Amino acid sequence: MGRPKTIIDADHTESGYWRDLWEYRGLFSFLAWRDLLVRYKQTVIGVAWAVIRPLLTIVVFSFFRAFLSEDVNVNAAIISVTVATIPWQLFSSSLSESSSSLIANSNLITKVYFPRIIIPVSTIMVCLADFAISLVILASLMIYFGEVPGTEVFFLPLFVLLTLFASLGLGLFLSALNVKYRDFRYVVPFVVQLGLFVSPIAINSNEIYGSATIPDFVKGLYSLNPMVAVIDGFRFCLLGTQWVVNPTGLMISLSSSVVLLIIGIWYFRKTERGFADII
Amino acid sequence: MGNTVIKAEHISKEFFLRKAQAGNYTALRDVIVDRFRSVSKGQLSRNQKESFLALDDVSFEVQAGDRVGIVGRNGAGKSTLLKILSRIIAPTRGRITIEGRLASLLEVGTGFHPELTGRENIFLNGSILGMSRNEIQRKFDEIVAFAEVERFLDTPVKRYSSGMYVRLAFAVAAHLEPEVLVVDEVLAVGDAAFQKKCLGRMSEVAREGRTILFVSHNMEAVQRLCNKGILLEKGKVALDGSIDQVIRGYITSNSSSKSVINIEIPDNNEQLPGFAKSVSFLNENGTLTGLVPVTSDYSIEMEIVINKPLDHFIAGIGFITITEVPFRTIWTAPQQIEPGVYKVRFSMNDVHLAPGAYKLVIGLSNNESSFHYVENQVVLDISDASEKKIDERIVNLRSGLIVNQVPYEIKKV
Repeated sequence: MGRPKTIIDADHTESGYWRDLWEYRGLFSFLAWRDLLVRYKQTVIGVAWAVIRPLLTIVVFSFFRAFLSEDVNVNAAIISVTVATIPWQLFSSSLSESSSSLIANSNLITKVYFPRIIIPVSTIMVCLADFAISLVILASLMIYFGEVPGTEVFFLPLFVLLTLFASLGLGLFLSALNVKYRDFRYVVPFVVQLGLFVSPIAINSNEIYGSATIPDFVKGLYSLNPMVAVIDGFRFCLLGTQWVVNPTGLMISLSSSVVLLIIGIWYFRKTERGFADII
Repeated sequence: MGNTVIKAEHISKEFFLRKAQAGNYTALRDVIVDRFRSVSKGQLSRNQKESFLALDDVSFEVQAGDRVGIVGRNGAGKSTLLKILSRIIAPTRGRITIEGRLASLLEVGTGFHPELTGRENIFLNGSILGMSRNEIQRKFDEIVAFAEVERFLDTPVKRYSSGMYVRLAFAVAAHLEPEVLVVDEVLAVGDAAFQKKCLGRMSEVAREGRTILFVSHNMEAVQRLCNKGILLEKGKVALDGSIDQVIRGYITSNSSSKSVINIEIPDNNEQLPGFAKSVSFLNENGTLTGLVPVTSDYSIEMEIVINKPLDHFIAGIGFITITEVPFRTIWTAPQQIEPGVYKVRFSMNDVHLAPGAYKLVIGLSNNESSFHYVENQVVLDISDASEKKIDERIVNLRSGLIVNQVPYEIKKV
């Protein structure tokens, strides 16, 4: 008999979780598709939202950048800020959307079974679509300024993946916490806001790592932010080799996003079975 | 046949009742404050939690092809059981083994999004209920035809009338093809014609040999659809057997078949002209009985208290089937009555009812206005056991409501 067998047991989490996840892959794409449809149906300017939000950040931070650095090359400032803003937008929107996603879908959680992890992951897909749109903006901007990336551009998907891992790890953790303690929804905007300033958007990692006055442990703390590696990587891939990625910094960022992801998945899996009880 | 599809062993579900708090959710802030307080007082906050067993050691088995009706009063644990079977919540103790794909329908239109069109929602809802894209595509036309919404397929469902919305939602669910289907009280929606259609569809699904678990308060629907039943009472399995047995158990459990049924005394009984205190059943010999044997005479006696002199007093009893069909009324002729305690006895020696439970409605009135009306408290239980052996051969489930013999003769011609 080829029928699937399900065992619901009080003591263990189901062993078939990952098999279920595969079976429910259809639902995953449908939820992502729904979020996309709804997003662009409900708003008047639809797709424009995906453009306006990063654009505003770019304008503001380009000013900062132009004032902060000695070489007052406005074009270079705009390009470098844009390249940094785009992955940052992906990270921050994935983080905020995924961490509130379980609450937003509580009607599903209390009425149907599916691996709950589908919800936060599928919301990140919508952010990825926005990201694709902003990549188009970036491309047109680069063409306008006559900036042609070298072969390093092929490393870009790796850094996109790193962004997704970092936001997913933190997003899973916060979304699960949000189910139990609703005040975590105030934590997320705070993290995002803080992150904007400790990430190398207006600043340049090379200035930090190369500085003689900044103590090493501050440099280490700075590298803990996974977005440091991501943004440095984006600049390296798109703007060329004068943006050197600091290897130690990269390793630290990489490990912190892996740790975040592991903690996120672990905590999510641990609390998942109780979601419907308390949501 | 006869292979077990669902095997539930000692399922318990414990809920923790939080002490009344400002909101219905926890804030970390409160948790921290509570911990701090309890530490400073030198006691643990854990033992302040009150727990409540929604399900208490529930075990049962369901065979392939069974249509099981799960009945019980509100709070008996029916929905909790369905949610555990559907894997929405996890049991606190116990183990369930399910063979085959199980789909659950706890709500009509789960995941419907108002902004999306009917077409889009069919795909979305279908996938939420566990259908694959191909499966939905294959059944798409059938679903649309069932829901009767062809013309509005590309309209956002927020513009649908509530009837259309429900039809579409049920149509998707009705075309699920799992081995086991779990259905909560979803038939309570829609108009009568649509409810009939839904029930029809469910029986069709049942005929295809699928296993169904069905929760409803509509005993008629349960009786029509199911062959087996489980009666839950306060989180425990009170009865597990044929559907007729279980329905009778459910009806009589509402006010267990006692020989004297005390009626709740109304709060304002002092001001009322009078009220009914109790109802009892007496068998042919005039002794109290809780169970009246089929085809035998009996009497119904009610004890009433009259507070004021009344000049046009009537006492009446209405008979209602478990499927909520009123079918008989008996009453006393209008008369003058003085204050006091009375017993009114109706001799039921004309019509004999088929075995089963019947709800009795008690009414007292004066001058054609009723002053005490008692519903859902008194149940008359007619037993299928009878001293008259011959009756067993005549009376069965298909005998209808009334099983009387009338004068007859058989003449050889």
